[in-house]
Amino acid sequence: MKRILVGIKRVVDANVRIRVKPDGSGVVTDGVKMAINPFDEIALEEALRIKERGGAEEVIVATIGPADCQQQLRTALAMGADRALYVQADGVVEPLTVARALLKLIEREQPMLVILGKQAIDDDNGQTGQVLAALWNRPQATYASKLELSGETARVTREVDAGLEIIEVDLPAVITTDLRLNEPRYVKLPDIMKAKKKPLDTLTFAALGVEPRQQLRLVRFEPPPQRQKGIRVKDAAELVDALRKKGLL
Amino acid sequence: MPARPSASLAGAEIAIAVLAADAAAVAAEAAQLAGVARVLTVENTANLHPLAAVLAPQIAALAGPFTHLLGPSTTFGKDLMARVAGLLEAPQVSDIMAIESATRFRRPIYAGNAILTVEASGEGKVVGTVRTASFEAAAVGGAAPIEKAAVSVTLPTHTRFVSVSAAKSDRPDLQTAARVISGGRALGSAEGFKILYSLADRMGAAVGASRAAVDAGYAPNEMQVGQTGKIIAPELYVAVGISGAIQHLTGIKDARTIVAINKDGEAPIFEVADLGLVGDLFQIIPEIERLI
Repeated sequence: MKRILVGIKRVVDANVRIRVKPDGSGVVTDGVKMAINPFDEIALEEALRIKERGGAEEVIVATIGPADCQQQLRTALAMGADRALYVQADGVVEPLTVARALLKLIEREQPMLVILGKQAIDDDNGQTGQVLAALWNRPQATYASKLELSGETARVTREVDAGLEIIEVDLPAVITTDLRLNEPRYVKLPDIMKAKKKPLDTLTFAALGVEPRQQLRLVRFEPPPQRQKGIRVKDAAELVDALRKKGLL
Repeated sequence: MPARPSASLAGAEIAIAVLAADAAAVAAEAAQLAGVARVLTVENTANLHPLAAVLAPQIAALAGPFTHLLGPSTTFGKDLMARVAGLLEAPQVSDIMAIESATRFRRPIYAGNAILTVEASGEGKVVGTVRTASFEAAAVGGAAPIEKAAVSVTLPTHTRFVSVSAAKSDRPDLQTAARVISGGRALGSAEGFKILYSLADRMGAAVGASRAAVDAGYAPNEMQVGQTGKIIAPELYVAVGISGAIQHLTGIKDARTIVAINKDGEAPIFEVADLGLVGDLFQIIPEIERLI
């Protein structure tokens, strides 16, 4: 069966203004709205569109984290994923551990494509897709803004610093999504009801044969330094004068 | 992989790896950087276009004697170095903005809304991507030896370069320009951006755009400034019709002087601007151009 595996992460909602805990031990998440990482939502949307076009038969969504993550899996099922895999984990899970767990899921499910977000908007690491592709010894096409499948290959347009790059990769491959790949659909209420009946399997690192390892200690969280508030000028002439005085024009 | 000399990595021997089809020109340039001990070249026709899947195994093969493997926090560096980290099963510190010691680094998280200090154990290697806007560029004046490195790894053929398209421009490069003028959604159209190009050419500035302007199709993606675009640190940054979403501010926080021009005096961009001007950008921008 032609399958697509999509990895998602539960993160603080993109619209929440985060606060660093006063003791520097982390970021306040109690009572804060959580959501699927936006780039992962784009990954799921792309997988669903491929399936709807007849390019795949099944979309599997997976996540790794504490029990609350299952809420985001249910949302993903409501968006249209066929089934969900939940890997239990507490505390910090680094990209290498995530990639090792995803690799085990790949071995079980044999997907033709793995689609992930290019980065999570909480830790902003942007590593998991590349690390997974390295461990799997398969192609990676990161920062995808267009994905075209034909037979055993995919042609991917990537948003790179120079502009748009097109690469061709053999399948199976890992794709990571950029913002402009698509606009994810909204979840409809009847789909939320239907999603409750879709299969959600719970797994553990032990069952998968993955030993979680933390290689970077999180020493301290701090708010960013604030810029000094500047001055207002009244018109273009005053602005040009001020810039000249600073030696900037 | 230019590892910039930093106080806390002082004394480290720095090597630059140049992987290319023909490495001579870049290697000669790299050899002139102050503080560089040696330049390693790996020449292979497969390295003509930089593909992470092809370059990463070669870098992993060179990694043996090194404690740190650093690349830039550009799309090239981020794509490549994490694959290297995967091959080495080493931890990666993304977007390094400060180096406190050989094992301790500071990096932005949550789109720059928090700064995290991380510490590696000191055993094994550390892979990192470095935010170039947070460091001074290395000076020239060195004369490091250039050595051909022998790398015997089988390179994959599963990933193939097709093409790259970028708008040709005579303007300075956005990431290294001393002056940058960026436009937001208030420019209204690709046509609207023309007044910025005109002013930029007058000032010798590069032109950037907010995510909203890129999403709306007013400017191409490579012009996007912000957390998910380019992170820049020009001497002068002029934000025109940009409200100042957090993810945009993250991309410009190291700019020396920020100027905001916006019709909404309450826009968050004014919170970070050194000079603010409230008014109609379509009148103000041409007027500035006339005055300079």
